[in-house]
Amino acid sequence: MSTVPATSESHEAPEHEAPGHDGPAHPSDKQYVMIGLILGLLTLIEVGLYYVDIGALNNTTLILLAVIKFAIVAAFFMHLRFDNPILRRLFVTGIVLAISVYMVYLVTLGAYIPGG
Amino acid sequence: MTTVEATAPAPPAPPQAPEPHGDHGAHVTNTGISNEKVAMWAFLGSECLLFGALISTYLLYKGKSDPDTPQPSELFDIPYTSVSSFVLLMSSVTMVLALSAIQRGDGKRLRIWLTTTALLGASFIAGQIYEFTAFVREGLNLSTNVFGSSFFVLTGFHGVHVTLGIVMLLSMVTLSARGKLGQERAETIEIAGLYWHFVDVVWIVIFTVIYLIP
Repeated sequence: MSTVPATSESHEAPEHEAPGHDGPAHPSDKQYVMIGLILGLLTLIEVGLYYVDIGALNNTTLILLAVIKFAIVAAFFMHLRFDNPILRRLFVTGIVLAISVYMVYLVTLGAYIPGG
Repeated sequence: MTTVEATAPAPPAPPQAPEPHGDHGAHVTNTGISNEKVAMWAFLGSECLLFGALISTYLLYKGKSDPDTPQPSELFDIPYTSVSSFVLLMSSVTMVLALSAIQRGDGKRLRIWLTTTALLGASFIAGQIYEFTAFVREGLNLSTNVFGSSFFVLTGFHGVHVTLGIVMLLSMVTLSARGKLGQERAETIEIAGLYWHFVDVVWIVIFTVIYLIP
């Protein structure tokens, strides 16, 4: 069985222009730095919340901030916002499966509940 | 009896040009995504389960240690760990700048950003080693109580992941310096970057759940 030679064009095309990257344009270097600064700011707010007591909202806000930081890194730095949706599904499936399995695990085995 | 006239044989079909695989540099897969990249994402999906198990175990045993043994609230140094977390977050920025550099074909900046990322990762690991040493001095080790066991296993596993990432980054710096990591291999950096960003997002969760939530 003969193999079909790839065109020189396909060899020279940068990988980031291959299919799966046909969504929104990737951020520029400056935008990446801005995203990094936003992440740093969110971390600062998190640390501030450790010292400031806002009652029952403390833990909820901390978890929300962690979710936002997680989503920013996954969407922009890991390019899930720009890549083929298959990759997003693959990763989200892993996360949802992990959260579901371990919620059942914690509830079944009687985990520590803050304030509970 | 009728005679059948022979029809003229059809002219031979002109040779067809070979069809390119995929379109415009696509990978020869059903999805158009390289197998290596799909494999990395599948691996990261499975890593969610690994770290999920370790974090859940920590939460399961939280508050169940012998009160006479060292407790998290007595040991954690939040300002110190916050700086470590910030360092790891910034290493994600330098990693993505390394990817951007190789996509432009800028090998020099690629090596600069990869080395910076590795140094930031090494700073994080140095901080973790210092933290572990301080905890051991305070009387907490792997077998002191369930907090010590679950904490050291969770953060230790994360530290091993960061260390492997540093090795991977330094290997790529070497490959690039030898001219074996050109613009056409940008996806190799992208895949290494995925791993690096993943250890960063895991730390985002660990920092909040283990250190910040009382």
